[in-house]
Amino acid sequence: VEILVCARRVPDTSENEIALNSAGTDIERDELVYSVNEPDNYAVEEALQIVAKAGGNVTVVTVGDDEDEEILRREMAMGANHGVLLSDPGFTGSDGRGIASILKAFIAKGNYDLILTGVQAEDGAAQVGGMLAAMLDCPFASLVNSIEVLDGKKLKISREIEGGNKEVSEIDLPCVLSIQTGINEPRYVGMRGIRAVASLPVPTYGASDLGVDPSIVGGARAKVKRVDYFVPALGKGAEMLSGTREENIDRLVELVAAKGGLK
Amino acid sequence: MESGQAVSQMSSWLESGYGLFLVIHFVGVLCFGYIVWRRIVPLLRAECDPRWDRPLARVGKVAKYWFGQWKHPRYRTAGFLHLLIFTGFILLVIRSFSTLLVGVSHNVAPGISGTAGHVYDNITDYAATVVFICMLVAIVRRLAFPPSRYAVPARYGKAHTADAVFLLALIAVLMAADSLFSAAVAAGQVNSGLAGEGLAVLSLPWMLQAALASASLSILGKFCFGAYLVHEVTFYFLLCYRPFGIQFHVETSLFNVYFSKLERGTLKPVRWNISDEHLDQVKSFGVKTFEDFTWKHMLDFYSCADCGRCSDNCPANAVGRPLSPRFLSVKARDYAFQHYPMIGRMGNGKPLIGGLYSEDEIWSCTTCGACEEECPLLVEYIDKVVDLRRGMIDDGNVPQSLQKPLKALESRGNPYGKLEKKRADWANAKDFQQTCRVRTLDNNGASTLYFVDSITSYDERMQSIARSTARILESAHENFGILGAKEKDSGHEVRRFGEETLFMALRDHNVDAIRASGVKKLVTADPHAFNALNHDYKDVPPVEHISQLLAREVGAGTIKFNPVENADVYTYHDPCYLGRHNHIYDEPRQVLDAIPGLKRVEMQRSRDRSFCCGGGGLMLFYEPKEEQRMGVKRVRMAAEAGANVIVTACPFCMVNMEDAIKVAGLEGKMTAIDLTELVDRQMVWPGIKAMATSVVGG
Repeated sequence: VEILVCARRVPDTSENEIALNSAGTDIERDELVYSVNEPDNYAVEEALQIVAKAGGNVTVVTVGDDEDEEILRREMAMGANHGVLLSDPGFTGSDGRGIASILKAFIAKGNYDLILTGVQAEDGAAQVGGMLAAMLDCPFASLVNSIEVLDGKKLKISREIEGGNKEVSEIDLPCVLSIQTGINEPRYVGMRGIRAVASLPVPTYGASDLGVDPSIVGGARAKVKRVDYFVPALGKGAEMLSGTREENIDRLVELVAAKGGLK
Repeated sequence: MESGQAVSQMSSWLESGYGLFLVIHFVGVLCFGYIVWRRIVPLLRAECDPRWDRPLARVGKVAKYWFGQWKHPRYRTAGFLHLLIFTGFILLVIRSFSTLLVGVSHNVAPGISGTAGHVYDNITDYAATVVFICMLVAIVRRLAFPPSRYAVPARYGKAHTADAVFLLALIAVLMAADSLFSAAVAAGQVNSGLAGEGLAVLSLPWMLQAALASASLSILGKFCFGAYLVHEVTFYFLLCYRPFGIQFHVETSLFNVYFSKLERGTLKPVRWNISDEHLDQVKSFGVKTFEDFTWKHMLDFYSCADCGRCSDNCPANAVGRPLSPRFLSVKARDYAFQHYPMIGRMGNGKPLIGGLYSEDEIWSCTTCGACEEECPLLVEYIDKVVDLRRGMIDDGNVPQSLQKPLKALESRGNPYGKLEKKRADWANAKDFQQTCRVRTLDNNGASTLYFVDSITSYDERMQSIARSTARILESAHENFGILGAKEKDSGHEVRRFGEETLFMALRDHNVDAIRASGVKKLVTADPHAFNALNHDYKDVPPVEHISQLLAREVGAGTIKFNPVENADVYTYHDPCYLGRHNHIYDEPRQVLDAIPGLKRVEMQRSRDRSFCCGGGGLMLFYEPKEEQRMGVKRVRMAAEAGANVIVTACPFCMVNMEDAIKVAGLEGKMTAIDLTELVDRQMVWPGIKAMATSVVGG
């Protein structure tokens, strides 16, 4: 199975204090530390596990600039065979459709049986996977939380649906899947692993290499534009229960049941 | 001539059995040699471990821990028995070999001659008797009153009682045969009218001689023959059987103690004889297969006597975590015996994790060192656990709960992912700044660096320890400062969790920052940072734990205390990395006892038998499978001792104790306080000095 995982570098929410900049157009990026988008990391781990069983190769691709290469190295240290950076000044500011177009152009140059994306980027809109599938005219499944290779041509997947239930489907290859966290337990990558792949080449492709139509990518062509960033006003605070312990327990059970937490 | 005839009659048994005895000798020695060789093979395939240095220190260890049996009396009954048996064995060595020599020398009484020989014979008559009785006592104890530490939990297989009793019985037989032989020889001499030198009164040989007094010379000859044969066969059987079980330590203990680790608190490097710069070229880190252990660690496995003292003291074992140090050794020994058999192909090369050991088993260790403190044979555990963790880290096999803090340590220098610039925020608290100003060092002439470390810098509750420490340093007139944003986590737990590469990055960063600050000494209130700076770092100024500085300043009268004016009863909990790993037991107690009116009691498990609070650093992020928390057990011990205030000297102990007090439902009845906080509360505060020139930290 030849697998492509589309990954993205995002500010790590567990290691940053996210604040808006003074103009309110973006978050303050000066002191941020970045890491690979968490669901993408699960997608890479899943790809590695599939390849370990069924054979094949894992390629990780990202659209970005030189700084984004670090996440490719991290995923290569995990075990991905190749990392590819799609980078071009013209790509900057692309919307979801733009990113999907760039990825589509790259995929057209290769021969992939399975394309995985994270369910969504932590700063994204969960749209690239679906658009990419449509552009490739491939079947698509989102929120996938288990994959089983049936034969060379089909997968059995399960998806998480409302209320923690699972839906099991068969899907034909090639296909695009967006991967939910929790599908596996991604392996640890330390500095040593990253150092070990530091000298491996990471090819970079620009717009002309990929044959990307410049009229549909880049900030100027984006059809979805961010117009504001704001922190929502604090809502009503928590409800404090004031009674005896028994009364509080009864009231709590009532409240949880009312919200559907107890069956 | 008459006596000559008697002697020849007496020794005729020797003539008749000569060939047989010789064959047994030959076969016995050959078998033992072969078995030992097969046991040495895995050691030759193991990782290197240079332990040939400092012979004097090593001989000292042998004198204390092997010959002196130093650790044994920590368990009264078993220790006393072992002391008797060991002494008996030591005394009987010459006698035993001279008896064996009889069979090849044609001489019924070789060995030491003259009066010295007679005295030796008499002493060893008693020694054999004592060992014989000890064996009977040990067998009865094993069968009827076994201590709980001998029990084998079902998941580790069957009880080892049968094997233990069998081996004890064999030694009893050996002693009995030896005594019977002496008795028969002595009786023969008396019957022949020879002036026998007389066996020791009331010893086992003496009693047997009395029983044989009326036997004829030919009967006595048969007794000699039988006793000798039984002695010889039992001796060689034991010799060749011991390398298959728990009594191999009889042979290996001397070597195990001689080659034991000399420095506490340290960790073995990833690979011996490979410098940090060349470490990247090492293909695989840590122990993944059995052959990745060092030869000394394999010798440890052979030497374990299965006494269970380690696990009896292991806090992880006590709270039902899936770890028992005893079975780390026993399982590895069984593995070695199975994969390095006496006949057939040797080696296996399969991964240990997931087979012999489970992941949770290896992550469960807090590296508190209670097992190593207790082991009479000085078996090492922490280095093995850390090596196994290094292997798991290298394979990416790390619990999810630990991955986030490790990643944060890599990018932010602390496990919480907090911003570097907020590391010194604790010093900016308003009330605190009015009493004490802490400066951030930049080679500005301060002589002392207070190394705060992550938890004390960032955790709101623990920041109080930082502020108290700063005020203490101020009172002690130390010209001190902190590294602030330039300080990163000491990496102590990072290293003990097996992430050596990350540890090295943190260490190198800190060493550079410390050296650039130009200070002459380091102080810390965190025993984990203390141990890292003391043992894991090189080329940094000497480091003191705040309790050491306090003890000195209190002794010198620089720091004085207001009396405690309530009925609280205090107890001091020894943090593992202050006590066991660095032998700082007395200083904190001296400080406490210098506070007027403070009532202090000791917990039963204190000093080197202190019970770990649950572990520090990354252990706070790990979610172990356990029946209860270590801390809960510990606060109950404090309550049993009659204390209502637990004093500790480690921020991690504080986290665990305060949590445990809540979990144990002791809120309002028990509190925990850090030594620095208590000192800060009680000391006569000189007030802020003129510090107009100092820079505010931040």
